[in-house]
Amino acid sequence: MSEVMVDARSVRKSYGSVEVLSGITLKVEQGEVLCIIGPSGSGKSTFLRCLNHLESINGGRIYVNGELMGYRQVGNVLYEMKSKDIAKARQGIGMVFQRFNLFPHLTALQNIIEAPMGVAGMNADDAKALGLQLLEQVGLADKGDHYPSQLSGGQQQRVAIARALAMKPKLMLFDEPTSALDPELVGDVLDVMKNLAKAGMTMIVVTHEMGFAKEVADRVVFIDKGQIVEVGTPKQVLDNPQEARTKAFLNKVL
Amino acid sequence: MPKAQDIDYGDDVVAVPLRHPWRWISGALATALLLNFIYSVVSAKSIQHEIVLKFLFDHRILEGAAVTVMVTVVCMTIGAVLATLLAIMKLSVNPLLRWLATGFIEFFRGTPLLLQIVFWGYLGIIFPELFLGVPFTDIVFVRGETSDIIPAIVAGIIALSLNEAAYSAEIVRAGILAVDQGQTEAAKSLGMSSKYTMRRIVLPQAMRVIIPPMGNEFIGMLKNTSLLQMIAVAELYTQASTISSANLAQIELLIVSGFWYLLMTSILGFPQRALEKKYGRGFETVGGRAAPRAFKVGRRL
Ligand SMILES: Nc1ncnc2c1ncn2[C@@H]1O[C@H](COP(=O)(O)OP(=O)(O)OP(=O)(O)O)[C@@H](O)[C@H]1O
Ligand SMILES: [Mg+2]
Repeated sequence: MSEVMVDARSVRKSYGSVEVLSGITLKVEQGEVLCIIGPSGSGKSTFLRCLNHLESINGGRIYVNGELMGYRQVGNVLYEMKSKDIAKARQGIGMVFQRFNLFPHLTALQNIIEAPMGVAGMNADDAKALGLQLLEQVGLADKGDHYPSQLSGGQQQRVAIARALAMKPKLMLFDEPTSALDPELVGDVLDVMKNLAKAGMTMIVVTHEMGFAKEVADRVVFIDKGQIVEVGTPKQVLDNPQEARTKAFLNKVL
Repeated sequence: MPKAQDIDYGDDVVAVPLRHPWRWISGALATALLLNFIYSVVSAKSIQHEIVLKFLFDHRILEGAAVTVMVTVVCMTIGAVLATLLAIMKLSVNPLLRWLATGFIEFFRGTPLLLQIVFWGYLGIIFPELFLGVPFTDIVFVRGETSDIIPAIVAGIIALSLNEAAYSAEIVRAGILAVDQGQTEAAKSLGMSSKYTMRRIVLPQAMRVIIPPMGNEFIGMLKNTSLLQMIAVAELYTQASTISSANLAQIELLIVSGFWYLLMTSILGFPQRALEKKYGRGFETVGGRAAPRAFKVGRRL
């Protein structure tokens, strides 16, 4: 029996009167790689952002590693946590963005060690050693002194992955990590993610890379209009979808 | 008659860049006008040059210039810190903070600086005695004559700093807004608090946008200190006009103080360029000249 890393129960999220997530229930086990696919605007990014409380939720509950994310429950009411406590909870969850969001005023190495030093209180020598080791892991050992503007998109995204890993997260969230990349740069980033998966990292990946999903994912979730339409192994969902909406979507993207 | 393009010169051709004759002509014209002006000032019979030279390095003038520099630096520092606070308040989700900041900014931008300076300078007439304590009790922390507690120079610094804060708050706010929202999200996702994110991620990037208009503010402040003559602060212009009211050489002393103001404002360009370079690091476009930088552990602000 493996441990549950993410336990989302009937998560609802609205922007004004528009409901973007209409009751998402999903469990992700430790070490599992889950890919989320779905049409544009279906709520994939929003769901991911709710998992580390970049967005507040309007209903339901999210447990990450056994802890209620972003809220304290008293009776049947959830009270939002203090921002200090939310910040602490986010340290255990790494996130990688479509547009990298590296800090442009810091070098690659400084990007990686900023949070370990400034947030986790690591000393400079240990942080530098960790940073160099992570750069090595993503294949950029010689790029530590480069600013993001001096790196290709693929290299920037790999630095961003290293930056997220530097806080030693138990869960990694990827929001379309290769969508902004030139096709020839996608492979390097996916390779880094594959190695991470092999090393046992729990990963939730929003992606349009069906090849990656087939090869790496333990399960694939198809989301449409803020609801889970279909869940299963990559074979079940991608090769032999049961729902009409899944079939229609896959026909369009494949 | 063969046309030029019909003759085969092979590859032995010369490329001539576009010529700009008007740049040369307008440049020459401007230089001529400037020389003419300098000549007319130097040769003017009504200006006594020996008086200009005599007072250019007079100790009162030099002391005045030192006061001017001191007041400028102090006011800009206080002003910039308050401006950052006001900008953050104005961007806050808390409506009361937003309202307070907006009120402060509107008030100090909406009244003449000269009026504010005179107000602070005359505070002693409006409230002859200052008192800090708990109202309706006998508890008193400070009590004394206003002019003792707030001498003219302090009144001047308060006036200029508060006014500066109101003006540069909008500059800082624009700088903060110019930083991509994705930066804050990335910082949050790493577990950084909002304070830490502001200090280490957002403000250093905002500086790039903030520094050029702040350079203008600095120059404006340096010149505005001359308004403190109204409340008899012994800065450069006050010193110059004290001297000229005794020797009646008004024009000469205007030239003396003008020389020092011009010198000081020109020098300010150097630190500005250094700061622009510092905060521009990493923002060079791809293929730019920026060289990778060696790792520095002492990288904290
Ligand atoms: N801050 C916001 N305010 C209002 N509406 C929003 C906001 N963020 C997202 N939405 C809306 O929520 C819906 C879901 O957005 P989301 O970004 O989660 O979609 P997505 O599945 O990630 O799409 P894509 O594949 O294009 O990235 C969209 O209709 C979007 O317009
Ligand atoms: Mg999205």
